[in-house]
Amino acid sequence: MLLIDCPHCGPRAELEFSYGHEAHIERPKDPDALSDSDWAAYLFLRENPKGVILERWVHSHGCRRWFNVARDTVSYEILAVYPMGAEPPKLEQARYV
Amino acid sequence: MQARYSFFSLARNALGYHENWPEAWRSPEPRGSYDVVVVGGGGHGLATAYYLAKEHGITNVAVIERGWLGGGNTGRNTTIVRSNYLWDESAALYEHALKLWEGLSQDLNYNVMFSQRGVLNLAHNQHDLRELQRRIRSNRLNGIDSEFLDAAGVKAFCPVIDLRSDGRYPVLGASLQRRGGTARHDAVAWGYARAADARGVHIVQNCPVTGFRISNGRIQGVETAKGYIEAKKVAVVTAGHSSVMANMAGFRLPVHSVPLQALVSEPVKPVIDCVVMSGAVHAYVSQSDKGELVIGAGVDKYVGYGQRGSLPVTEETLAAVCELFPLFRRMRMLRQWGGIVDVCPDASPIISKTPVQGLYFNCGWGTGGFKATPGSGWVFADTIANDNPHPLAAPYTLERFTTGYLIDEHGAAAVAH
Ligand SMILES: Cc1cc2nc3c(=O)[nH]c(=O)nc-3n(C[C@H](O)[C@H](O)[C@H](O)COP(=O)(O)OP(=O)(O)OC[C@H]3O[C@@H](n4cnc5c(N)ncnc54)[C@H](O)[C@@H]3O)c2cc1C
Ligand SMILES: [Zn+2]
Repeated sequence: MLLIDCPHCGPRAELEFSYGHEAHIERPKDPDALSDSDWAAYLFLRENPKGVILERWVHSHGCRRWFNVARDTVSYEILAVYPMGAEPPKLEQARYV
Repeated sequence: MQARYSFFSLARNALGYHENWPEAWRSPEPRGSYDVVVVGGGGHGLATAYYLAKEHGITNVAVIERGWLGGGNTGRNTTIVRSNYLWDESAALYEHALKLWEGLSQDLNYNVMFSQRGVLNLAHNQHDLRELQRRIRSNRLNGIDSEFLDAAGVKAFCPVIDLRSDGRYPVLGASLQRRGGTARHDAVAWGYARAADARGVHIVQNCPVTGFRISNGRIQGVETAKGYIEAKKVAVVTAGHSSVMANMAGFRLPVHSVPLQALVSEPVKPVIDCVVMSGAVHAYVSQSDKGELVIGAGVDKYVGYGQRGSLPVTEETLAAVCELFPLFRRMRMLRQWGGIVDVCPDASPIISKTPVQGLYFNCGWGTGGFKATPGSGWVFADTIANDNPHPLAAPYTLERFTTGYLIDEHGAAAVAH
């Protein structure tokens, strides 16, 4: 069970949150100009890292606001919580195979 | 030459107090080069190596496993085997696998304890019921045995299910595949390893692959903990770690990796002689030969590589099991664990060539690939040998995410196994 530090409500149990998957995926600005493989990349291809992931969460059963989280997917440690639209913080990467 | 396992070898070895059994497979130091290197010693990787040797005569093959054989999802799964998938493409692939299961112990000369005890998929509401009926009809059109049982039929087939009308999850009916069942997961890995070894395949354990050498868009070999190994072709079958491997080769995959959990209870006398699955409430139950209830749970909602699984998921599954089977309420759970499954957006696998020539990926089986082990190895070996997708694997290439030809099996697979 993760303890997620909602920037608005403070630390709450994972159960109160919904997951929004990988962060910083931008919707294509000019969809008509996109090739099929660019569409496929936007829709389907993901980093899915073993290590630090940048992801979105929403506090569904609380303030219902979205925010970004940087989390290690092996130790499950939450390394940073930062607002939507902000640049991700610079973080040390643990290396896993 | 390996000694065949038989009643006579059992009797002969009993006289020697079972102290003289030969090793089931060798553990050679890897050679400097192979025709095919298979990365990942789970069931799918070992089956691939076996069929490369047996069906295609390619025996200069090594299986390189990071940990121990079957230590990934193969040895962590709840072993449900069935083929009652919705779409033609899936029906063909999973049914091919089921037919291989039916002769597998003989083919491998290894008892994989395949037990066709019947698999029930429960419907709890009108929507479930309609989807179930649709799937049963589609199964039958594909020549797959699939029957509908009404509530009374379910009770007769599996008496321990609670059918009182005030239950939280009323059972309105179920699909039954009588040819479905379970198998011994470790035995599947060991049986394929032994049979592949007998045909000359090298099995290398405790040896992670840490990188690929690629030049001019072509694979040259793999970097491993035991040094560089040259290979004409490399076949990656690493389940939850597929994205990690793809990133090493310079491309991304349409999968995300999450822990899927299972539990076993203390052993009890025989109480449930079939497999019961309920996709809606995320609970799957069968009983092992040792008497433990084997319970499959759901996946974590967020990406993770920790082989544990989140506690709320365990809780939700056990709550559902207690509702469906009130007599299990006082049973104690002995063990709980997780395996990292790589899930595709359409809940169907990827069996494919890649942007790198001579590099092949077999992944994305998500929560339900154990049942496909023999079929997956079979079509993947053929794809590698001919550098061209086997007809049953052709719909499962990476291109489907560009063309949009997705094979949506969320209904038949979902988190269901
Ligand atoms: C709890 C649980 C229950 C399940 N229940 C069912 C079920 O009832 N029915 C069903 O059909 N399916 C089920 N599944 C899914 C099924 O287990 C998998 O789809 C299937 O076993 C995948 O087999 P595999 O050989 O591809 O993967 P694995 O058995 O995971 O093998 C992959 C191997 O690759 C190795 N590897 C990874 N990285 C490297 C590296 N860098 N170098 C070398 N080796 C590496 C790993 O150590 C691992 O041994 C379940 C899964 C889980 C976790
Ligand atoms: Zn909040």
